[in-house]
Amino acid sequence: MPDKIRVLLAKPGLDGHDRGIKVIAAAFRDAGFEVIYTGLRQTPEQIVTAAIQEDVDAVGVSILSGAHMTLFPAILNLLREKGGSDILFFGGGIIPDEEMAQLEKTGVAKLFGPGASTVDIIDWLKGAVAARKRDEKLL
Amino acid sequence: MTLYEQFKGGSIVALSRIISHIENKTDGYQDLLARLYRHCRGIYRIGITGPPGAGKSSIVNRLAGLLAQDGRRVAIICVDPSSPFTGGALLGDRLRMQDIPQDKGVFIRSMGSRGSSGGLADSTTNVSVALDAFGFDTLVIETVGVGQMELDIIDACDTVVVTLVPESGDAIQALKAGLMEIADVFAVNKADRPGADQMVFDLQSALEMRVERTEWETPIISTEAVNNKGIDTLMTNVTKHRNFLETSGQLTHKRGSQIKKRVEEVIERLIQRDLYDKIVTEKILEEIAQKVLKGEEDPYTAGRSLYARFIN
Amino acid sequence: MFEKSFIDDIKRRRQQWEEAQKKHSANSRPRFMTISGDDVDVLYGPENVNGEKYTEKIGFPGEFPYTRGIHHTMYRGKMWTVRQFSGMGTPEQTNERYHYLLSQGQHGLSVAFDLPTLMGYDSDHERSLGEVGKCGVAVDTLADMEKIFKGIDLAKISTSMTINAPASILLAMYIAVGEKQGVASEKLTGTLQNDILKEYIAQKEWIFPPRPSIRLITDMMSFCADHVPQWNTISISGYHIREAGATAAQELAFTLADGFQYVESALADGQDVDVFAQRLSFFFNAHQDFFEEIAKYRAARRIWAKRMRYKYGAKKERSWLLRFHTQTAGCSLTAQQPENNLMRTAFEALSGVLGGTQSLHTNSMDETLALPSEKAALLALRTQQIIMYETGVTNTIDPLAGSYYVESLTDKIEAEAEAYFEEIDRRGGVLQCIEEGYFQREIAKSAYRFQKEIEKKERIIVGVNEYVMSDQAKIPVLKIDESAARDQFASLKKVKGSRDNDKVKRTLADLTTCAKGDGNTLKAILDCVRVYATEGEIVDALRPVFGEYTEPPMF
Repeated sequence: MPDKIRVLLAKPGLDGHDRGIKVIAAAFRDAGFEVIYTGLRQTPEQIVTAAIQEDVDAVGVSILSGAHMTLFPAILNLLREKGGSDILFFGGGIIPDEEMAQLEKTGVAKLFGPGASTVDIIDWLKGAVAARKRDEKLL
Repeated sequence: MTLYEQFKGGSIVALSRIISHIENKTDGYQDLLARLYRHCRGIYRIGITGPPGAGKSSIVNRLAGLLAQDGRRVAIICVDPSSPFTGGALLGDRLRMQDIPQDKGVFIRSMGSRGSSGGLADSTTNVSVALDAFGFDTLVIETVGVGQMELDIIDACDTVVVTLVPESGDAIQALKAGLMEIADVFAVNKADRPGADQMVFDLQSALEMRVERTEWETPIISTEAVNNKGIDTLMTNVTKHRNFLETSGQLTHKRGSQIKKRVEEVIERLIQRDLYDKIVTEKILEEIAQKVLKGEEDPYTAGRSLYARFIN
Repeated sequence: MFEKSFIDDIKRRRQQWEEAQKKHSANSRPRFMTISGDDVDVLYGPENVNGEKYTEKIGFPGEFPYTRGIHHTMYRGKMWTVRQFSGMGTPEQTNERYHYLLSQGQHGLSVAFDLPTLMGYDSDHERSLGEVGKCGVAVDTLADMEKIFKGIDLAKISTSMTINAPASILLAMYIAVGEKQGVASEKLTGTLQNDILKEYIAQKEWIFPPRPSIRLITDMMSFCADHVPQWNTISISGYHIREAGATAAQELAFTLADGFQYVESALADGQDVDVFAQRLSFFFNAHQDFFEEIAKYRAARRIWAKRMRYKYGAKKERSWLLRFHTQTAGCSLTAQQPENNLMRTAFEALSGVLGGTQSLHTNSMDETLALPSEKAALLALRTQQIIMYETGVTNTIDPLAGSYYVESLTDKIEAEAEAYFEEIDRRGGVLQCIEEGYFQREIAKSAYRFQKEIEKKERIIVGVNEYVMSDQAKIPVLKIDESAARDQFASLKKVKGSRDNDKVKRTLADLTTCAKGDGNTLKAILDCVRVYATEGEIVDALRPVFGEYTEPPMF
């Protein structure tokens, strides 16, 4: 049986619209994931610290406020700095197509726009986690 | 470098990965635990239990903050229920712990109960070994809190704080649930609510009515975790309990029992692996059932001969 | 309403009709439901509205219980106010857009602030990084407000401000702008959203915990009663509750429950219901289920009127009137094929008008992608004007009254709301429910159900799960880049450099003292604002006294 998929969901920045991320949290739980939801108004530090401590497979953030070009890179860089480079960093929100492409180029694993289905997100995540090869020895 | 080596080097990432391997029971995890155990220094474990809505997370938040301020190296484990149908879980306790200053290095780990029904995940104690070995000296564990008897906490902790709120039913209910026995300290939280004083009184009476008196006088502390009231007193009493355990020799006794349990668990797990998974398979059981239904065998003889096969 | 023999006859004929119906084609779908998930019957007839005491339940416009409208003439006397929500980037940019919209026929202003302003942070705060001017206009000091309203006569225009936690501060700034223009506060007209309860439930733009927040609100209500009597002190909002995923009944019930809470708080504060009640206003969503929305507005008026009169003992008729603003549903718009949003908004706006709204905002088609472009904002404006002048729906009042379906729905949604009120009371009231997360959980459940319906195609969203087009022409969208933030920093620096910092320190200290005691906080805030204290500084003066709010985790 494959290991449980653990995902951290968070809202960075000041945006307080959490309808979407809560729907995704519920859908993930129903898909058998362990979801750590850290809530609103998270700083990149809080998100990355939590991600590392919880050893999540993926971090998902939702940004509807237009601050994505500041917040996504901040979180991505911090993840890399703190040893979380193999954590799948994904997200959603109000992000114009060109900026989505830009962010994905810099290392954001996947971005989902408005109207994305939870089924698609779950399928993508399962596939992406399975495709990841971890080479580590316990002892 | 292996994970263990990175772990010894102080890598939080490695600690975190190791905890996952322990949870997932990755091949070789017991050897790893054996190795980690050598570095254990006897982390002090405080369990916070109580019915849903009692404010356990807020209490953990405040206690941990206080401990960290006192210079302790604190780790927290929060357990939330996993869905018995989907296996998924929403682990939301971390949300309540954002007052703890980031720079104090408090390590917080959320765990799903993953099928356990005793209030903790079955790997909670094993995870605490990793935290102990890493160098944390105090562990605060928050149980699932489904409102029924959560016995796991007794094995996993040294001091158990039972959190109640004025609305959580009479203290008599608490008696029924066995909470009197497991509580080392009572916290009556949301103490600004009506009924708080009555609850303290009821608990007091219930404690006095206990047939078996213990050496330790279980204190009842009024708290308002959200407003940061009463937490100092709570902490003082937790420390008092710890000192009591240490000076009376009961800590060693407790830990001894817990070790015995741990050894039993290891053996049980091996039996599970070698006996059930290998010999008492569904296929074999089905064959036996068919034979018994045809009148060729009885379940008792069949069971005994299967067991004999294992012993030899 | 109808004679018993007539109804019996209709019931009999109905049964016959249903028998006959079975011979015709079967239903195309297993369920027919409103967007809120309620079943809709194939047909509604007189039997659905029988037993009505016409005057008691439906009555006449401008007369208790106001089901048909709060005014005697409604749109024949005066059209609803065209009030488009707007704000972006710097105060200068916003001022430009306001002049444009006013020149194109907008009646009243409605200010959209950026997230840092909504949350009480100055533009140069570290948490504001990347957020300045993106969702609305950045306001740090009185100087910014002056720029926003440059060339706009506050004596002649009414302004709604969508601001909640720091509402007192922005109102103080508005009053100060009026002072600079020579307009006495008694002449100012407008609305503050200032509905902190729904923030905890839905919009989540809070600073302080509930109780001190309510104190700020009641202080503001009493200040306005004395000095700004034409100001609507709270816009008790359902819009955001609906946007967060609530059903129509939940939107109605939770909004009115919040309203009852404010009334009770003001009464507890010793205020006179017949003084403050007439300045309470409401703000509803106009979602896509056409008839459900119209029923919702009618039920809202009826419920509020009855409660104000019979429960809270208001004697003046003005205290019984539920006046509301409507905004078309943002959450119904799609990013795919955005021009479709023009039609969605038009239908939603029509339901608001047929529901008797006092003012209306229509969304722009590109709002799923960015803040409205000038062109899209114009089309949104024109949508209202076409309804107003070309459709004829304003020629008579409450034209859908008497519709078997609409009256039946109105009754139904009223009953559902009453059931929620009972549940809320049983749980210990609105504040208790917020603390337990009751509203938030109910809303999240509805939101999840809705999403599942879409994914299972039980609900069709054109362009999203049906009629999907992979190749779509792009529409031009508005871009707010970091230059807005840079300009704002420069302005802020200038203001801080040229003000009397001693006065600022003093007024802020006085505010903290006031907050600790029981003085009027709005008055103290006004003093701070006049000397160009920043919003962040004012909030920081209150934070140590009031504390900060963190939401309970709830699933």
